[in-house]
Amino acid sequence: MSGEMIAFFILSLFTIGGAVFMISFTRVVHMVVALAFTFLSIAGLYVLLEAEFVAVTQVLVYAGAVAILMLFGIMLTKHQEQEKEEEKRKAHKWLALLTVAAFFAIVFFTLQGVTWDSQPQSFAEDNLLTIGKLMFTEYVIPFELVSVLLLVALVGAIIMARREEGDR
Amino acid sequence: MSEALTQVPLTSYLLVALILFSIGLYGALTKRNAVIVLLSIELMLNAVNINLVAFAKYGLFPSITGQIFSLFTITVAAAEAAVGLAILMALYRNRGTVNVDEMDLMKR
Repeated sequence: MSGEMIAFFILSLFTIGGAVFMISFTRVVHMVVALAFTFLSIAGLYVLLEAEFVAVTQVLVYAGAVAILMLFGIMLTKHQEQEKEEEKRKAHKWLALLTVAAFFAIVFFTLQGVTWDSQPQSFAEDNLLTIGKLMFTEYVIPFELVSVLLLVALVGAIIMARREEGDR
Repeated sequence: MSEALTQVPLTSYLLVALILFSIGLYGALTKRNAVIVLLSIELMLNAVNINLVAFAKYGLFPSITGQIFSLFTITVAAAEAAVGLAILMALYRNRGTVNVDEMDLMKR
């Protein structure tokens, strides 16, 4: 057992545990907190994979921005505390569970059958430098497109969420 | 031999991502609250990101492009969350509900 193995086991346990808690909690605020925990653990997994910049971005964007955004969304809308159980919804739930289980089984057995014999590459040195260089040479057009997309999403979100005149 | 033992195999990362994706898919299919459905979609996108970063290191053709792709995915996911939540706000003002099974205006 190396340190990397132990760190991987702990981080993946936290990741999956947070996701399972997210599904099983009944209060929506608790769900968001559990999911923020999952996002932070995924950032830890990125550090293990020598993707430091992606890890920092994950913490900033997901654990910071998206979790807070969702908390705002919850506080600005009204929620029932407990979900009602109906007969129709129960059948729906079992059907969904069956579908997901089938999907999981197919991908799981496919993964077990594949052998990956490749030399792992190390990005630990100059991770940020390499990303920055590639981002502004080879991927400069997608980079600019993403900035336009962010602007459009920002303006669109403000216009859609704005309270209109004479609305109430 | 010791080299192979100390390294976490690629399949383990892919398994974690698969479990996360399955949980997200289940949540997106069964939850009634639209905010939670959005959260489940974020979980699925995160699983994809784990795959991208894992393949960037351990894949058949390892290169840093996988990390750059995951950065783009994170950006698009953030934009998606913002727009989705804005739609939810507008819907809540007009209909007074955030439950997905009550969003049936086009079915009536």
